[in-house]
Amino acid sequence: MSTRFYQTGTFAIGNRLLEPAEASAQADPDRANSLTKGHRACQGCGEALGARYALDAAVRATGGRVIAANATGCLEVFSTPFPESSWRLPWIHSLFGNAPAVATGIAAALRAQGRTGTRVVAQGGDGGTVDIGLGCLSGMFERGDDVLYICYDNEAYMNTGVQRSAATPHAARTATTEPVGRQTGNPFGQGKNLPLIAMAHEIPYVATATVAELRDLERKVARAMELRGPRYLHVLVPCPLGWGSDPAQTIAVARLAKETGLFPVFEAEEGRMTGVSPIRRLLPVEDYLRTQRRYAHLFGDPGHPETVARLQREANRNIERFGLLAEPGEDGEPGRRGDLLEILETDGGERG
Amino acid sequence: MASQLEGSLAVARTVARCRPQVVCAYPITPQTHIVEALSRLVGSGELAPCEFVNVESEFAAMSVAIGASATGARAYTATASQGLLFMAEALFNASGLGLPIVMTVANRAIGAPINIWNDHSDAMALRDCGWLQLYATSSQEAADMHVQAFRLAERCSLPVMVCMDGFVLTHAFEPLEVPDAAAVDSYLPPFQPRQVLDPLDPVTIGAMVGPEAFTEVRYLAHAKQLEALDEIPALAQEFEAGFGRASGGLLSGYRCEGADTIVVALGSVLGTLEEVVDERREQGAAIGAVAIKSFRPFPSAELRAALSGGRRVVVLERAFSVGVGGIVSGDVHAALSGLGLPLHTVVAGLGGRAITRRSLHAMLDELDGDRLGELHFLELDREVVERELTRGRDHARPGPHAENILRELGVVGAGPV
Repeated sequence: MSTRFYQTGTFAIGNRLLEPAEASAQADPDRANSLTKGHRACQGCGEALGARYALDAAVRATGGRVIAANATGCLEVFSTPFPESSWRLPWIHSLFGNAPAVATGIAAALRAQGRTGTRVVAQGGDGGTVDIGLGCLSGMFERGDDVLYICYDNEAYMNTGVQRSAATPHAARTATTEPVGRQTGNPFGQGKNLPLIAMAHEIPYVATATVAELRDLERKVARAMELRGPRYLHVLVPCPLGWGSDPAQTIAVARLAKETGLFPVFEAEEGRMTGVSPIRRLLPVEDYLRTQRRYAHLFGDPGHPETVARLQREANRNIERFGLLAEPGEDGEPGRRGDLLEILETDGGERG
Repeated sequence: MASQLEGSLAVARTVARCRPQVVCAYPITPQTHIVEALSRLVGSGELAPCEFVNVESEFAAMSVAIGASATGARAYTATASQGLLFMAEALFNASGLGLPIVMTVANRAIGAPINIWNDHSDAMALRDCGWLQLYATSSQEAADMHVQAFRLAERCSLPVMVCMDGFVLTHAFEPLEVPDAAAVDSYLPPFQPRQVLDPLDPVTIGAMVGPEAFTEVRYLAHAKQLEALDEIPALAQEFEAGFGRASGGLLSGYRCEGADTIVVALGSVLGTLEEVVDERREQGAAIGAVAIKSFRPFPSAELRAALSGGRRVVVLERAFSVGVGGIVSGDVHAALSGLGLPLHTVVAGLGGRAITRRSLHAMLDELDGDRLGELHFLELDREVVERELTRGRDHARPGPHAENILRELGVVGAGPV
C-alpha cells in the first residue's frame, strides 16, 4: 500500500480518502481499545499511543485472538495499578528481562493445546528489549517461536527517571549521561542497533516505525501477523518527560527523527531489506535536536557545533546506508536532492 | 514392576506420565539426564501433546514455564545449582503469580569455588522464594514425589520443587519402579488452571500492587503453604493406596521409639543415617532418625511431636548460612521452642564430600562424650584451615584460597605452596 495524503504546510496525514479496509483500526467505532482510557501515562506519551495502535492492529488482524506479554517498564506501570487495568486483552507481566521467554511459553502452550489460531505479542521498552531482555529476545528469535515482539523505543530508562540505555542516542542528556565537564551527553561509539541485530537472526520480519506514521505502524503490525515465526517491530516513541519535548509535539518530533535521517524507517524479511519509508522533505538534524531539552547543551554559547556536525554525519550515513532518499520527483516534490546536497555539504564530508 | 534404572531416567519417565504440555530445558549438571530423556520421549511421540523448548538460560526456562502455565498448560523444567540461582528472580515471580509449575532440582553446590557435586546450598538459598520444597530420600521417592508434586501444585496453585541429591540419586542405577501410567492418570486429573490467559475472557495477570494490598497477597501465599501441610500427608496416603508403596509426606521417623538422640536430616543421607542408627541400636544406643521431606512448608508441629520424646537433637545439614551456621536448624529450633532440648548442628557433605558411616559414628561418639559443639563441621580439616588463615595474615597477597588448599593437600598436578 502506498499512502501519501500529506496536507500542505503540516506533517499530518489524511485518512478520509482511504478505502474502509485500508482505514485505520482507530477509525472503526468497534475498535478493540486494547489499551483503553484511564491509564496513567504522561501527557503526550508516545509509548501509550504506539501501543494502542499496534495492539489494536494486532487484534484486528487476528479477529481478537491475541495474548500479550509485557516487560516491566512505563507501559506496564502506567497501565496496570490494580484494580484499574487498562488492558482489554489477556495480558501478563512477569519480569523486566523475560517478556520474550514468557511469550515463548504462551506460544508453546497454545501449540500443545492445539490453539494455534490464538497469537502472541510481546512488548517492552528499549531498556527491557535492547539491554536486560536481549538474551531472551535473541533466544526467542533463534528458536523460531511464533511471537511478534514490539519494542517501544523512547531511548532511555524513563520509568526509573531517565537513565541511559543502549538505545540512547549519542550526545543525549540523561540522568546518567549528564553533560558535565568535557562530556557532551551520551558517549559516541556505544549503543546497539536492535533492528539490525534482529535482521542478523534472519527472522521472517523486522520493521521499524514511528508514531508519526501510525498508518504505517498499523500496516506493519498487520503484515507481521500474516507471518508465522519470530517477528520484530521497533517503534520510535518520543517521551516528552525524558526528552524535554513539548507534549503537544510528540508526533512532530517523531516525524523529525525520520525526516532528518536519524531514525531510518524500513522493513526486512528473512534478513533482507524489503523497503524503506523515504524521507519526504530532508531537514538538518538541528531541526530535530532543537525540539528537545536533552540536546540543549549542544546549542547556545559556546555550544558544541562539532557534536551537532557529528550527529549530522550519522544521519547522512543512515541516508546512504538505508537509501532513505527517494528518487527526485517521485511524489511530485521538487528540490529534495538539492536539500540533501546542501545538508551533506555542511558536514565537510568528514566521518565521525 | 521394578527394573534397573538410573534415577534421572526414572524421574523423566515418571514426569512424562504426568503429561506435562510444556517442558523447557537448559543443560546443567547433574540435572541433564532428566531433560535429555524427556527430549527423547517428546521426540518419539511417546509424550504428546508436549512442546519441548530448548532455551538459552535457566532464567528463560523458568520464564517459558511461567508463560506456559499462565496459558493453562502443565509446565515442567529441571535445574540445579547455578541454574537455580540464575532463575531466582523468575522463581519468586512464578510463586507470586501462583503458577503451579513443577521443577526437579538435582541438588548441587554453588560456586565459587565451582563444584559440580552434591549439597543443598542451591535449594536452601532459594528457600524463601515461595515454592514448596520437597526433599527425596531415594530415587524411588524422587520419582514418586513428582506425581504428588503436580497434584499438590495444582491443588494449591503454587509451584513445587522436588529436590533430589545430584549424582547420589540422579546418577545411581538401582531397581526402580516407574509409577504405572493408568494409576498416574487416575491419581492426577488434567490441569484446571485457576487463572488463564484467554482472549474470550481477558484477564490482567501480574499487575502492580501497592502497599494497600501487598501484605494480604503475600499472606495468602503463606496461608496456601500452610494448607499444604494438610494436603501433603493426604496426598502421600492416597499415593500409597493407589501405588502400593509409601513415598513423600511431611516427614518420616526411623526407629524413634524410645530414642534419646534423634538425628534430623534431608535427602539421600537418610540411607546412611539409618544404617548408622541400626548399628548403634545394636550396641544398645537409644537413637533414631527423622527425615524432613517437606521443608517448605515446614512441618513444625509434626516435627515437634516427633522429637519431643528425645533428650537431644542433631540436625545434619548439607548446607549452611555463612556467618550464622545451620539453616534447617533455625527452623527446627523454632519448632522445639520451650522444650529445652539441646540442639546440635552438623554441617556435612558440602560439595560432594561423602558422608560415611564412619564419619557419622565419630560425630555421634563426640556427642555421647559431650564434646560436640552447637555447630560442628563434619570432617573439617582444621589444620589446613589454620595454615591458610596464617598465610592470609602473613602475606599481603596470599592468592586464591582454593588453589592454596589444593596445593596443601598435594592434589595431583599441584606443586608446593
